[in-house]
Amino acid sequence: MADSTQSMSLIANGELPGYQVELGTDGPLRLDSGAELGPFMIAYQTYGNLNADKSNAILVCHALTGDQYPAEKHPVTQKDGWWDLMIGPGQVIDTDRYFVICSNVLGGCMGTTGPSSIDPKTGEPYGPEFPVITIGDIVRAQKMLIDHLGIEKLFCVIGGSMGAMQVLEWASKYGDSLYSAVPIAGAPRHSAQNIAFHEVGRQAIMADPDWCQGNYITENKRPRRGLAVARMEAHITYLSETALHRKFGRRLQEREKISYGFDADFEVESYLRHQGSTFVERFDANSYLYITRAMDYFDMAAEHNGVLADAFRDTNVRFCVVSFSSDWLYPTIESRTVVHALNAVAANVSFLEVQTDKGHDAFLLDEPVLHKTLSGFLDGAVRNSGISI
Amino acid sequence: MNPLPAAGPLRPDQQLISDMITPDSRVLDVGCGDGALLAYLAEEKNVDARGIELSQEGVNACVALGLSVIQGDADTDLADYPTNAFDYVVLGQTLQATRNPKDVLETLVRIGQHAVVSFVNFGHWRTRLSLLVNGRVPVPAGNKFGWHDSPDIHLCTVLDFVDLCETLGLTIENGLSIDRHNRVRQIKTGSRIANLKGEQAIFLLSRE
Repeated sequence: MADSTQSMSLIANGELPGYQVELGTDGPLRLDSGAELGPFMIAYQTYGNLNADKSNAILVCHALTGDQYPAEKHPVTQKDGWWDLMIGPGQVIDTDRYFVICSNVLGGCMGTTGPSSIDPKTGEPYGPEFPVITIGDIVRAQKMLIDHLGIEKLFCVIGGSMGAMQVLEWASKYGDSLYSAVPIAGAPRHSAQNIAFHEVGRQAIMADPDWCQGNYITENKRPRRGLAVARMEAHITYLSETALHRKFGRRLQEREKISYGFDADFEVESYLRHQGSTFVERFDANSYLYITRAMDYFDMAAEHNGVLADAFRDTNVRFCVVSFSSDWLYPTIESRTVVHALNAVAANVSFLEVQTDKGHDAFLLDEPVLHKTLSGFLDGAVRNSGISI
Repeated sequence: MNPLPAAGPLRPDQQLISDMITPDSRVLDVGCGDGALLAYLAEEKNVDARGIELSQEGVNACVALGLSVIQGDADTDLADYPTNAFDYVVLGQTLQATRNPKDVLETLVRIGQHAVVSFVNFGHWRTRLSLLVNGRVPVPAGNKFGWHDSPDIHLCTVLDFVDLCETLGLTIENGLSIDRHNRVRQIKTGSRIANLKGEQAIFLLSRE
């Protein structure tokens, strides 16, 4: 059976599709924590072709447990890409037209330097010695990649959930390096509830004796149960009560009646157990700790004395903000806060709350209203940019 | 630049509104519906066209046309805009659906150098006659709602509106009425003709 060691060996053997580049060779990346990291690797994948004047590039930012394979069979799980519905020839993000870049985030476990990578100073995996990173650090590393690719101005930066946080960070810090920004189902900061859910997940991992204080790789163990529980809990937050009820109701799992025991009597239990156990095949527990922490620390207004609008002052970026009515993890009010901040600086912004009962995960699903809106937005952005794409 | 995809046709009041707007200006259309006016203004007058619309269908249609439109309403989503963010803020046949028309009007002339407001005139002689003859709450032509489910909660007449502008100290730069035969008439201060004959009214306002 595949597990997170498989993805690591694929990377080590150069078997992962896509590209890997070493960055920070002429000076380390200075992290928000004050620590320094580098040189470091960024793994990324591209679709479509970069045009001659390098003006048709779209950076796709992935969510917490996503990776750089949004539009192809996943090299480890063999499942469809997480944004197959959005990216491809003739799709919303049309790869016949745009050059799509997606990189594994800093701290990740699919080829970009993260806690499971080997620390060149010790020859051992970083483990708990990996420095704590932020969304700002993740985006800083992405900017180094885009510079490395020789792209001065991205046509668009787009992403959902944690991807949306990166989009907002891009627009705030590197506004001159992108023409348009599409944060979907995101937030300008992590709420107490968001932090609380993440803390439960982290505690589940750290309570697993196989976590070994973060040194499980050198101990040749894996905190599978802890990571699976973290995933099960998080997965509930990605759905909605209505969606869960529609999908499972109180139906029993391959049995006629309840067992008066603690087996997975209900379909929903079986489903969550499956989600947990397949997740540990492809994801590293320490990466989960570090990336959830990066999200928790995200608070754009705090960096601007509590005034979110100041994060976007004088921006020339064209925004399209999207939320989902049944998303209780990053509810519409969070997106609306961003919209109001953008209004306050008279930024060019579109905003749509998509009516759906599918919860936070709706950004990954077949939502015709979302797709129609984004197509129109991108077409409009091309028209207004004067760029020939 | 490629032309915008076609939006719906303009309403008569929207045609008059667009005549009041100077080319190359910054325009916010509050309650922009399917984006017909914004698309027209962007195409014909090269304005920087933005919009606010309550319905998902409307916003979806607008953004799909490439317009910059946010989902929201006049009562809650105007406050954040800075003073003079726009040259014109348009409120087309939407004032009657706001909770606080007075606050909304004040905000319009704060965030815009000018406000352009159109509304269905409840003082029209047919409306008055309808109540007198039928004894029922008049429903303006084309309105698909009844008294109990109508979103129109603050209906007014031309005289009412002019009064409110005076109270708020707003300058009426221009006022036009449209009668039932789509004839356009200048609204003169102190005259009661427009209030009787105009089915719709359009006002160009600014701060004093």
